[in-house]
Amino acid sequence: MSAIIQATNNTKAQLQHHALHEPTWVKTSLIVIAVGFLVLFLCLPLGLVLFQAFSKGWGAYWLALTQPDTQAAIRLTLLTALVTVPLNTVFGVSAAWAITRFEFKGKSFLTTLIDLPFSVSPVISGVIFVLLFGAEGVFGEWLAEHDVKIIFAVPGIILATSFVTFPFVARQLIPLMQEMGNEEEEAALSLGASGWKTFCQITLPNIKWALLYGVLLCNARAMGEFGAVSVVSGHIRGMTNTLPLHVEVSYNDYDVVGAFAGASILAGLAIVTLILKSVLEWKQGDR
Amino acid sequence: MSILLSDISKNFGNFSALDHVNLEIPEGELVALLGPSGCGKTTLLRIIAGLERADEGKVLLNGQDMTDEDVRNRGIGFVFQHYALFRHMTVFDNVAFGLRVKPHKDRPSEAIIRKNVHDLLNLVQLDWLHDRFPDQLSGGQRQRIALARALAVEPSVLLLDEPFGALDASVRKDLRLWLRHLHQDLNVTTIFVTHDQEEAMEVANQIVVFNKGRIEQKGTPSEIYDHPSNDFVSHFIGQTNVFHLEKGDSDWLKSAGIVLDEPRGITAHVRPHNIAVEKQTDKPMSPIFLKDWQHLGATIRLELSREGENGSAKTVFAEMPNEQFRQLELAKGDKVSLFIKHAHWFN
Repeated sequence: MSAIIQATNNTKAQLQHHALHEPTWVKTSLIVIAVGFLVLFLCLPLGLVLFQAFSKGWGAYWLALTQPDTQAAIRLTLLTALVTVPLNTVFGVSAAWAITRFEFKGKSFLTTLIDLPFSVSPVISGVIFVLLFGAEGVFGEWLAEHDVKIIFAVPGIILATSFVTFPFVARQLIPLMQEMGNEEEEAALSLGASGWKTFCQITLPNIKWALLYGVLLCNARAMGEFGAVSVVSGHIRGMTNTLPLHVEVSYNDYDVVGAFAGASILAGLAIVTLILKSVLEWKQGDR
Repeated sequence: MSILLSDISKNFGNFSALDHVNLEIPEGELVALLGPSGCGKTTLLRIIAGLERADEGKVLLNGQDMTDEDVRNRGIGFVFQHYALFRHMTVFDNVAFGLRVKPHKDRPSEAIIRKNVHDLLNLVQLDWLHDRFPDQLSGGQRQRIALARALAVEPSVLLLDEPFGALDASVRKDLRLWLRHLHQDLNVTTIFVTHDQEEAMEVANQIVVFNKGRIEQKGTPSEIYDHPSNDFVSHFIGQTNVFHLEKGDSDWLKSAGIVLDEPRGITAHVRPHNIAVEKQTDKPMSPIFLKDWQHLGATIRLELSREGENGSAKTVFAEMPNEQFRQLELAKGDKVSLFIKHAHWFN
């Protein structure tokens, strides 16, 4: 009896297999294309970055990284991320909360607005800040009078980075919170919990993996942002160069080791991000 | 706690969910808000709870105006249609939640919380599941845990939104009875929303029938069933045959010898068990025959059809006990005469 069942099961599996079965050449060529693409556009450049960074040996690599300008660029990049990421986390959670929990006029407009930085070229966002806060800008005179420097200074870099990265957290949370609905939160409120306790004990545990995922992406972009920051920074060495800008400046100065040493750090950051991302995706799927 | 709703209105855009609703529910009642879906009954329940705000009108709990009071200060227990159990907490933590979030000065000690929670879990007969997570429970178990969680804060009103809606038929039957007994033990004012008239009849002491944001009738199950105040209620509660006497039904009823007492309105609603059926003997004129019949357990439902002149067939349903049907010795296609014992008249 069991042999018969097994036989039937086998045929079933085979049938299912056949239904999804493509000719071998289709399968092979698709895999070759995908792998070839990855090698050409990902592994090769990454290898090249490391190869160039170490082209003059460990010593030169270490020297390039410990150079004061590089150190300043790393510090500025970290500072930017440190300010931007928490800011956008708070903003993202509030926006997702507002959009998924309340009914108000202009809600779909707000949702579209959140996506704006995705659709606008980063250079344009940089230019907008120059037009607003630059010497010739709308608030330029007032800022000069009060001795506040935004453009070609750290505040401008943080502003531009925040603008470019603000959709990441909200975008991760909105679909999840929409799907979850708000019954659990209403239940917590009806049981006497305050709004804050409800958020900390009910909402946060339910969204934590998506939130971390959004924060991670936001952080990666904040550290890697080039276009918008390039416009507002002014490229003052040791002062307003972030790591990506430092890479460009060094490269333009024919400082190959310096440029690629900086690039290797960004590449390392990307790899760490990728690993964390897959861990978070796995955790999220687990939930 | 008694509940008084005065002149409650609520609109969603152009849609009027509740239209000047007045309702008084005395302490300790078990009340069903009954009506078709979209009639506003859930909205009213959420307004009582404070999960929704009325556009107009007042909510008084125990004589106190609670209209603008926050949901967490109303002392209500709310059981959601899909239970809304906290998915990242165990059953124990779910039930303990309401006690643990109390402000520091009112919060019982962890030992007392543990005792209370286990008592409640025993009350709903699910203490053995205390360390499970909600997604490891069946629908009926989730329902009872949701109830235990709501009871943990000792609410003075228990509100249940379609409590049995998501359960399969056999579990539903058990839980209905169980809820009724639980209410008798705890004597907490309880309101539940349902679209199932059988459920309302079986569980509630008082039924409030809703339609299109208005209360159609309020009364005990037997009052509602035996004395429906209008044709909507009569139609919604139980089976009924509708005869439109102004639209020509009166002609064939007369010609068939089916006598309704003197017309006291335009439409007559007749419950199936109020139609007596006899095997045709002395009235060869009757155009009615037995088309089909169904076994409903203790009773038989007869599908009686009028011989269709120019295709205008009319079906009348009658019900009678098994025994009586057997004595009639009817076969499909046999001519019968009908006699209407009682009708409700509406204009």
